[in-house]
Amino acid sequence: MDKYILEIQNISKRYGGNVILKDISLNVREGDTVVIIGPSGTGKSTLLRCINLLTRIDTGKILLDGKDITTKNVSEDEVRQHVGMVFQNFLLFNHLTALDNVMIGLTKVRKMPANQAKEKAMQELRRVGLADRASHYPGQLSGGQQQRVAIARALAMDPRVMLFDEPTSALDPELIGEVLEVMRKLAEEGMTMLCVTHEMGFAREVADRIIFMEHGVIVEEGPPAELFYRPKFERTREFLWKITELYGKHKDEEKPGDTST
Amino acid sequence: MLSQIPTYILSGMAITIAVTLVALPMGFVLGLTFALLRVYGGKFLSAIMAAYSTIMRGVPPLVLLFVLYFIISGVINLTPFWAGSLALGVVSSGYQLEIIRGALCSVGSTQMTAARAIGMSRAKAVRYIILPQALRLIIPSWSNEASVVLKDSSLVSALGVAEITRKSQLIGASTYKFLLAFLTAALIYFILVFLTNRLLDYVERKTRIPGFSHHSTL
Ligand SMILES: Nc1ncnc2c1ncn2[C@@H]1O[C@H](COP(=O)(O)OP(=O)(O)OP(=O)(O)O)[C@@H](O)[C@H]1O
Ligand SMILES: [Mg+2]
Repeated sequence: MDKYILEIQNISKRYGGNVILKDISLNVREGDTVVIIGPSGTGKSTLLRCINLLTRIDTGKILLDGKDITTKNVSEDEVRQHVGMVFQNFLLFNHLTALDNVMIGLTKVRKMPANQAKEKAMQELRRVGLADRASHYPGQLSGGQQQRVAIARALAMDPRVMLFDEPTSALDPELIGEVLEVMRKLAEEGMTMLCVTHEMGFAREVADRIIFMEHGVIVEEGPPAELFYRPKFERTREFLWKITELYGKHKDEEKPGDTST
Repeated sequence: MLSQIPTYILSGMAITIAVTLVALPMGFVLGLTFALLRVYGGKFLSAIMAAYSTIMRGVPPLVLLFVLYFIISGVINLTPFWAGSLALGVVSSGYQLEIIRGALCSVGSTQMTAARAIGMSRAKAVRYIILPQALRLIIPSWSNEASVVLKDSSLVSALGVAEITRKSQLIGASTYKFLLAFLTAALIYFILVFLTNRLLDYVERKTRIPGFSHHSTL
């Protein structure tokens, strides 16, 4: 049995009087791709932010490679190097070229010599298919290209886990594919990934597990086929119906919960 | 006789420029430090910096100049030139604090989040991500502040420093050609301000980030 790379144990988070995450537990094995879906305001982003410590949890524990990263004496900066994060709106460093965006973590955080860092950064840019855009500034790249640079920037730190928070939802439809393609390739290469996304085609093909969250709890989880075709809860089925319709990519016979296929 | 007026006043130009070159960078160093404390320094320091800026901007520069002059000259023995220039630098720091604070906020917390997400400490994020963008943003407002300081350097004439304004008063009094003297001074100030603004426009264009348009309301 593979060891868990990430163990989320009974975590809770509240903002003021609002409980955002309620006693969430979730284990992720090395190489797994987990897709998280759920309605807006459910706490999906908060969950990801808790994992890379951008937000502190109130109760519970998070273990990365068996080590508790939520205790006081753990260095946040150290943990974040091992947890890559990709944001909905890319958040590239505006004043740096694509290459420098990918390099800066290597030179300033990992203190790698410049020539070595440059080589590694170019390698990551090649990995996302953007070696020829190395000297472009974010403002000179399309949204899809910016997001791929952002992925390369996270990959450069050699993370143990990659977190994606709706990486394609700020993109024009025709640019979504190139980003999903990169993510698919990463999954194939064995990267451990947690993705909040409503791209159901991607989820069905790539995810080992889909997690349906609502109101700060995990309502249901399971392999794509199970969740799609045999959801245990009516809420899961309703939600899946809604987003497949919304994203309008699937033929009628593929609609979730329809057992006739 | 008449040609001696511009020559005499022009001889004060070096002092005017010197006062500006002391006050402006000093205001920048103080303003930058205080702005960083204001934005990232925590509640207590932030409140102190807010108070500092409010006070500095709430008093006429000439009054502040006298107050600071008498404080400074009570502590150490400085020439009026140095005391006046340093005092002007302090006056300017209040304004520069606000300019830089605005830029830091307008670069925004999301750039900070992105930097933290790759494992940068706050200090590194400020140094490598926030400041390089914020300093570009301040150039237009800073250009304006540079002309304010250049013009306010005339205030040190009240301390007897022989810069352009003081020399105009002197030559006006001795020749009874006050209007001509002050018109000459006005022209020199105008040219200096004009050149300063052009220079900073150039710096702004040179440091502009390709493809990036920042719709700030600075
Ligand atoms: N810093 C914060 N302070 C207060 N409330 C917050 C904060 N961040 C998030 N929230 C609240 O927490 C709840 C969950 O937010 P979160 O962004 O995690 O939801 P989400 O599932 O990612 O939604 P979406 O699909 O819209 O991105 C929301 O009601 C939000 O208003
Ligand atoms: Mg979200």
